[in-house]
Amino acid sequence: MIYFDNSATTPIFPQALDTYLKTSQRIIGNPSSLHDLGNQANRLLQQARKQIADQLNVSPKEIFFTSGGTEGDNWVLKGTAIEKRDFGNHLIISSIEHPAVSETAAQLKELGFELSIAPVTPEGFVDVAALEKLIRKETILVSVMAVNNEIGSIQPIQEISTVLENYPKIHFHVDAVQAITKVEQNQWFTPRIDFATFSAHKFHGPRGVGFIYWREGRKLAPLMNGGGQESNHRSGTENVPAIVAMARALRLAFEKKVEKPEHVARLKGYLLEALHSYEKVTVFSKEIDFAPHIICFSLKDIRGEVLVHALEEKQIYTSTTSACSSKKHLASSTLHAMNVPSSLATSAIRISLDESNTMAEVEQFLIVFNQLYQKFSKIN
Amino acid sequence: MKYTEIMVRYGELSTKGKNRHVFIARLASNVKKALIDFPHVRVHADRDRMHLLLNGEDSDIIIPKLQKVFGIQNFSPSIRVEKDVEVIKAMAQDMMREVYTGKETFKITAKRSDHDFIQTSGELNLTLGNAVIDVFPEIKAQMKNPDINLRVEIRRDGAYLSYETIQGAGGLPVGTGGKGMLMLSGGIDSPVAGYFAMKRGVEIEAVHFASPPYTSEQALQKAKDLTAKLAPYAGSIHFIEVPFTEVQEEIKKKVPQGYWMTITRRMMLRLTDAVRELRKGLIILNGESLGQVASQTLQSMVAINEVSNTPIIRPVATMDKLEIIEVAQQIDTFELAIQPFEDCCTIFAPPQPKTRPRLDKVHHYEERLDIEGMMERALAGLKVEEITPESAEQADEFTDFL
Repeated sequence: MIYFDNSATTPIFPQALDTYLKTSQRIIGNPSSLHDLGNQANRLLQQARKQIADQLNVSPKEIFFTSGGTEGDNWVLKGTAIEKRDFGNHLIISSIEHPAVSETAAQLKELGFELSIAPVTPEGFVDVAALEKLIRKETILVSVMAVNNEIGSIQPIQEISTVLENYPKIHFHVDAVQAITKVEQNQWFTPRIDFATFSAHKFHGPRGVGFIYWREGRKLAPLMNGGGQESNHRSGTENVPAIVAMARALRLAFEKKVEKPEHVARLKGYLLEALHSYEKVTVFSKEIDFAPHIICFSLKDIRGEVLVHALEEKQIYTSTTSACSSKKHLASSTLHAMNVPSSLATSAIRISLDESNTMAEVEQFLIVFNQLYQKFSKIN
Repeated sequence: MKYTEIMVRYGELSTKGKNRHVFIARLASNVKKALIDFPHVRVHADRDRMHLLLNGEDSDIIIPKLQKVFGIQNFSPSIRVEKDVEVIKAMAQDMMREVYTGKETFKITAKRSDHDFIQTSGELNLTLGNAVIDVFPEIKAQMKNPDINLRVEIRRDGAYLSYETIQGAGGLPVGTGGKGMLMLSGGIDSPVAGYFAMKRGVEIEAVHFASPPYTSEQALQKAKDLTAKLAPYAGSIHFIEVPFTEVQEEIKKKVPQGYWMTITRRMMLRLTDAVRELRKGLIILNGESLGQVASQTLQSMVAINEVSNTPIIRPVATMDKLEIIEVAQQIDTFELAIQPFEDCCTIFAPPQPKTRPRLDKVHHYEERLDIEGMMERALAGLKVEEITPESAEQADEFTDFL
C-alpha cells in the first residue's frame, strides 16, 4: 500500500497512540476535580500545553485546546464576530479558504455580517494589494490560510502582516492546519498574527483534537459555554488522552522535520520532474513558494475521481483535491478561484506526502501512473 | 552565535571595599551552582570582572540562567579569536552579518590590555570599522548611542569580540547577607518577599505550616512549587514543613473565634523563631503587607510581634497589592499562587477576626493552651527538603507520556 493522502489525514504515530492508551488508562481524573487524581490530570494537561507552546515559541497561556481545525476556525470567526460586533461587522477571507472558514463566513453573512472575498492570482496566491483595498473602517477580521490544502501554495502571510500592521485593531487569523511541521514557521507565523488554528490528525496525532494559538491581549467570545474550562473560554471536559497524544505527536513531527529536512521536498521534486514530461499533464503545484508535501495536477480529459480510483486499484491512495470537497463532486474550489478552466479543474488530483513516504513509493507510483497514462491515452 | 566566553560585570559589589573579595567569591560559587549542569564551564572571578569560559557549552541555555543570579549587573557574551588582525576582521564581519538588519547604526569600541598588540585601539577601531563597511557599504557609523556597539578587547590570551550587553538581576550575591527564615504561605506576597530578600544577599529557608487533613497535599505541593520558582536565584532552597494540625485544633477548641487568628499567628511566629534558632538563621522574613487582611493591621502586627525579639523583615510591607502582583508575574509565581487550595490561614478563618486584638485578652486565652508542649511536638515533626529549580518543572513526572 502506498499512502499519498497525508493532507486529508495522517496515520497516528505509534508513540502517540501509546500515549493515548496510557493516558486513558492511568490518568483517570477529571482535570477540574479537586482531589489529587484531578490535580494529576491537570498537571499533565498543563505540561502538554507547555510542550506545544514551546514548539511554537509562544506562551502556554496562548494555547487553547479544541476538537480540531474546524472548531478552531469556527471559534475564531464567530468568536470575533460576537466579540467585536459593536466595533464593526465586516469580515475578509480569501477565495481559497477551507470550507471550515468559508462556510462559517457564509453563515455569518446570513446573520447580517458583511463579507468580502480577497481574490487570488492565477498561480494560487492571495492578491495582497487587492486584499488591502477591501479593508474598511468596519473590518474586524482578516482570515487567510497559511498553506492551501489543495495545491500547496504558501500564502503571503508576511506581506499581509505588514499591511495589517497599519490596522492594529483587525483580528488576523491564519488557518495553519496544512503548514505546521511542513513549512518553516517564520513563513506563516508572524508576530502580527492574532489567531492560528491547528489540527492534530494532520501531524500524526489523534483525530478530534486540535488547538488554537491566541495572541495574549486579544479578545474572543466563547462558542462553548459551560463549566469554564480553558480559562472560561472553551468549556467542556478536556479530552486529556487526545491532547497529550497530540502534544507528543507534534514533538515527534518536529523532530522528523529536523532529522530529514529535505526529504519530502526531494520526493516532490522528483515527482514534479516526472509529471512535467507528460504532455497531457498540467501541474498546479510549483516548487518554489509551495509547500513541499502537496502536488496537485490534472490529467487532461480524465476526471479526477477516475484516476483516483484507478490508482486505488493498485493500492495507491490519493485524493481529488481536498477530502472535504471530494465527495460532493465539486471541482476544486481553489482551482476555480484561480480561474482554471473547469474541464481541467475536474481532472485534478492531489498527492500529499509525508516524511515517512519513500523514494521507492514515488517510483512505484510513477510506474503505475505511466501505465494508466498510456491506457487512458488510447481510450481518448 | 556560538559564544566562547561570557564576561560578567559586578554591580553594587564594587562599592564593597575590603570585603569585596568575600562578595566576589560568593558570587562565583553561586554562578557555579546555577550552572551545575554545564560541567565544562570554567569560572574565573577577578577583582573587576568575572569571566565564564564556556568550553563548548550552549550559551543560549546558560544566558537565561545567569540572568537570575543576584550580584550581576550585566554581562556580555563574547567570542575569543586569535590575535591576528585578519582573523579579528573576519569575526567582526561575521558578527555584524548576524545582527545587522539594514537599519542600525554601529560603532567599534576597541580596547587593549595587551599593549604589545600590533595596532593601537584607535587604529583597530579604524581597521574594523572599514572591514564592516567593506561588507555593508551603506551602514552608518555613529559614535553617540549607536544601535550596535561592537566591542573588541585585546587581552594577553586572545581577542574578545562582543556586541550585546544583557541586563543581570542586580542586587547582592545570595548568601553574603546571612540566613533568614521566610514564612511561606502559598499566597502571592510571601514569594515576592523572599525574592526581594535574596536580592539583598540574604540566603532564605522557606517555612511552611501544614495542617493535614484540613490542608491538602496540593496546597503543600504548591508551596514547594513556589519555592522551586525562587530556587534559581539561590541555586537551591531548603523547605521546612512544620506540622500544625494539633495547634490549630487546640486553638479552635479553647479560644473564642475572634482571637483564633491572632493566636494562630503568634504560634506561627513562635515556631518560625524556634526553627530559625535550630537552623542558625538570623532573621525572619514574611510577606505581610500593611492593611491587606485582619492580621496585617498595625494593631494586629503589634499583638503578633510580641512573642519574638528576632528582627522581622517585611519586604513588601508598604507595597500596593498591584505592585506585588507585578513582581509576582515577573518572577513567575503569580499563576501558581492564585491556584485555589485551602491553606492553614484560611482553614479555620473566623468569620470576624479581631482587627484590633487586645493584648490582655490574648494573654488570657493563651493560658488555656499548652504552648510549650505543642511547640515541642511540632518541632519534633519538622520535615526538611532541599528544593532545586528542577523541582518546579516536574520534568520527569510525565516524560513517558510526552
